[in-house]
Amino acid sequence: MKAVHGAVRSWALQRGTAVLALAFLLYFLLHLALAPPATQAEWRAWLLAPAMRLAMLLFFIAVALHAWVGVRDVILDYIKPLGLRLGALLLLALWLAGTVGWVGLSLSPAA
Amino acid sequence: MTEGAVDPLEPPRQDARPVFLNPLKVHLPVTATVSLGHRISGLLLVLVLPVVAYMLHRSLAADADLSGWASALRSWPGRFVLLLLTWAAVHHTAAGVRHLLFDAGYGNRYRQARRTAWTVHSIAIAVTLLVLVPMVWGAVR
Repeated sequence: MKAVHGAVRSWALQRGTAVLALAFLLYFLLHLALAPPATQAEWRAWLLAPAMRLAMLLFFIAVALHAWVGVRDVILDYIKPLGLRLGALLLLALWLAGTVGWVGLSLSPAA
Repeated sequence: MTEGAVDPLEPPRQDARPVFLNPLKVHLPVTATVSLGHRISGLLLVLVLPVVAYMLHRSLAADADLSGWASALRSWPGRFVLLLLTWAAVHHTAAGVRHLLFDAGYGNRYRQARRTAWTVHSIAIAVTLLVLVPMVWGAVR
């Protein structure tokens, strides 16, 4: 039963993060299309506004969780030896956590 | 005849037959190619995630010098990467929306699933062509 609960949680997480990421991307692309920042100063003013920093951080966290569930499934399907499998999962975790951490640093109020 | 040797007159034992499927010779239904494309596009997008973080970081620096970016995008490797990522992003999104529709109870019959699978491929290829055509036209003009 525990595995079933885990599967349902993964399923729900995959959908929830997908919808969040899609909503942000639609807003981002629409804004770029309708009111493109003309200068780098405008670009910074848009993305560094407090609400936008938070939205972008949440977007990257959602994408990282989404990628974790998705790529984990691919790894479990194709990499069978236990050591390689754990190594691949560890690499994936570092890859995603590193990306989110980097975004977080770039968007921190000190930046 | 020694034990274990292969007797050409005996048919091979069923359980000893090697199973080898050549993925290039197996005919995949369109629904399977969308599924495969969903995985491949997802992996591509995960691969560029740190690059996106890097570009965001660089572009937000107060003294950022972004003058090299446009020419990098216009180089042939830059164009190729842009096309590949366009396909990956659109295919992944369209295939994902198809999954959400399945969850909502729409399109679960095989005929519908095949039709929406073709739709996913068509949208992804059409948008990629929309990016490709001005690229090539701009290059030869």
